[in-house]
Amino acid sequence: MTIADSKLKSATVTPSRPSRSSVFIALTALLFFVALLSLAIGPTGISLHALPRALAAYLGYASDSAAERDRLVLIDLRLPRTLLAAFVGAALATSGAMMQGLFRNPLADPGLIGVSSGAALAAIATIVLGHGIAASLIWPLGIYALPLAAFVGGLITTLILVAIAGRHGQLAVGTLLLAGIAVGALAGSISGFIAYASDDRELRDLTLWSMGSLSGASWQKVFAVTPFALAIGLIIPRLTRGLNGFLLGEAEALHLGIDTEQIKRLTIATTAAAVGAAVAVAGVIGFVGLVVPHVMRLISGPDNRIVLPGSALLGAILVMVADMIARMAVRPAELPIGIVLALIGAPVFLHLVLRRGMGGWE
Amino acid sequence: MRVATRLFITGGAALLLGAVPFGSDHAFAADPSAVASAPRILSIGGDITEILYDLGQQDKLVAVDTTSQYPADALKNKKSVGYMRALSAEGVLSVNPTLIIASEEAGPPEVVSALKSSGVRYIAIDDKPTADGVPVKIRHVGNLVGADNAAQALAAKIETEFAALKAARKDIKTRKKVLFILAIQNGRATVAGAGTAADSIMQLAGADNAAVGVSGYKPVSDEQLTEFAPEAVVVMRRGESDQHKAEQALTIAGLRQSPAAKTNSLVEMDGLYLLGFGPRAPSAARDLMKAIYPEAGQAATMP
Repeated sequence: MTIADSKLKSATVTPSRPSRSSVFIALTALLFFVALLSLAIGPTGISLHALPRALAAYLGYASDSAAERDRLVLIDLRLPRTLLAAFVGAALATSGAMMQGLFRNPLADPGLIGVSSGAALAAIATIVLGHGIAASLIWPLGIYALPLAAFVGGLITTLILVAIAGRHGQLAVGTLLLAGIAVGALAGSISGFIAYASDDRELRDLTLWSMGSLSGASWQKVFAVTPFALAIGLIIPRLTRGLNGFLLGEAEALHLGIDTEQIKRLTIATTAAAVGAAVAVAGVIGFVGLVVPHVMRLISGPDNRIVLPGSALLGAILVMVADMIARMAVRPAELPIGIVLALIGAPVFLHLVLRRGMGGWE
Repeated sequence: MRVATRLFITGGAALLLGAVPFGSDHAFAADPSAVASAPRILSIGGDITEILYDLGQQDKLVAVDTTSQYPADALKNKKSVGYMRALSAEGVLSVNPTLIIASEEAGPPEVVSALKSSGVRYIAIDDKPTADGVPVKIRHVGNLVGADNAAQALAAKIETEFAALKAARKDIKTRKKVLFILAIQNGRATVAGAGTAADSIMQLAGADNAAVGVSGYKPVSDEQLTEFAPEAVVVMRRGESDQHKAEQALTIAGLRQSPAAKTNSLVEMDGLYLLGFGPRAPSAARDLMKAIYPEAGQAATMP
């Protein structure tokens, strides 16, 4: 155990704090429970008891129209939707936790390294120019144009920022933060200009995209995000100790023998990929990246060995629950998930802050 | 382990409570072929809904989208599947449609492709806001619902009306320059430029769009408004409460000196009626023509 770890323990462990394994067991159980619920609930009223019939249709043993319909709803609509909700929630929440750790700032969210603004700019450009000057470029990509553009846009912005902040050989976190704000403002202004030039319908598309939705979930999207999910799962455990070191400060972390440059670059690369993929499949979903890590810290303290994986689980749970509400509240219509997330998340978060304090940030 | 246990027990209880209502809730028609005898139509697009009502098909209509504002009965008595560009695949399937007639604008594209693969008949209707587009649309919809004769009659009536409108346009000696104001926000007007449904309906009414240099619906400055110098101003009404707002149109700085303000030529019309490009399009264009050219008697007769 390093000094950082023991220092953390002595500073933060209070008698009422649950142990690491109990937190993980509880969250994992809740995750599976919510995932099952998300499969069982939908506006058509088809429930899990139709699952055997749906599976039979999927495997080709049944082909009557009722079984086909069960298959469509359960296996082609709800299952990918549930998986994507879990991925988006996990990706955004862990990215938020990593950013807050890296910048040592409770207000840091993935937007700080430009992914969201770059992705939004690219998406807006695709929506608006898809009917105009760039039509011949965008149409062949069909329904993949928007996710692809969002992903590439987010990645390019982050690369620009890393190039700016890393021009002296080392990645300067302060420069990254300030340059991130500047580049975000620039991307926002270009987005604003394109929005100004857009027509009525495009404007509504933009607004809806910026409120996020999982209604466009499909198996193709699930397959597209799978490598990202695996990468996040593999990289996170390698970052927790390093980010714990960052809790004390970058210089202190370096003295503790942590390769801070590697941690910084790995954190930013993981965040850019995770958020880029999440934004690409579901549009802009705010709130999760900022709030879930806080809630995790309130539950378990600031140890990133719990906060990072815990945020992934809690983020997945939260987005799945919000998505269920989004599809049921105004059925047969659907609410944008961003509205639901803020509506249920904000009061809960406020309650937690008032009752339990700022989770060690004050 | 206390938290874990507590969460687990709460979760289990919620599952038990939740499973019962959701399991047996309004069961989805077990066999879709059983309802095939009575078609269940879902209309996505205000103009399509309007056409279905005009063809007397409203009893077959089970659900509409939120753009189906006319007739008011549609949104009041039918289920709503939400805004046409933010549909939910499962939501749409939950109203058990056997035929989905949708505007080409319906979306998002992933949902539309899921619906097309669902076995429910999904027909996309071209909706260009032009005089030629309306009868084509009516015949297409009529054919889909097996109301060819009624559709033929309605389309023919609309073609005659548009032809009469064309003749009336020839009688206009001096065409007026008209500005279409979609909304006024903070004293700034959003006007309809080229390529909009408003531009189309103004041309049908025999007027020139004063804002033809603008494309789409754009907010413009007061200085730009003086440049437009419209001879008449058309303001969109969205509801009764908007009425006093319309009167402000001619008092905004950029229009105070305009020819329209001098002659007090302000036309206020229902936005949906004017821009819907459904079966009411010819009469909307006719009404607009009458309002813009009140001095001429040429627009007074309707076939």
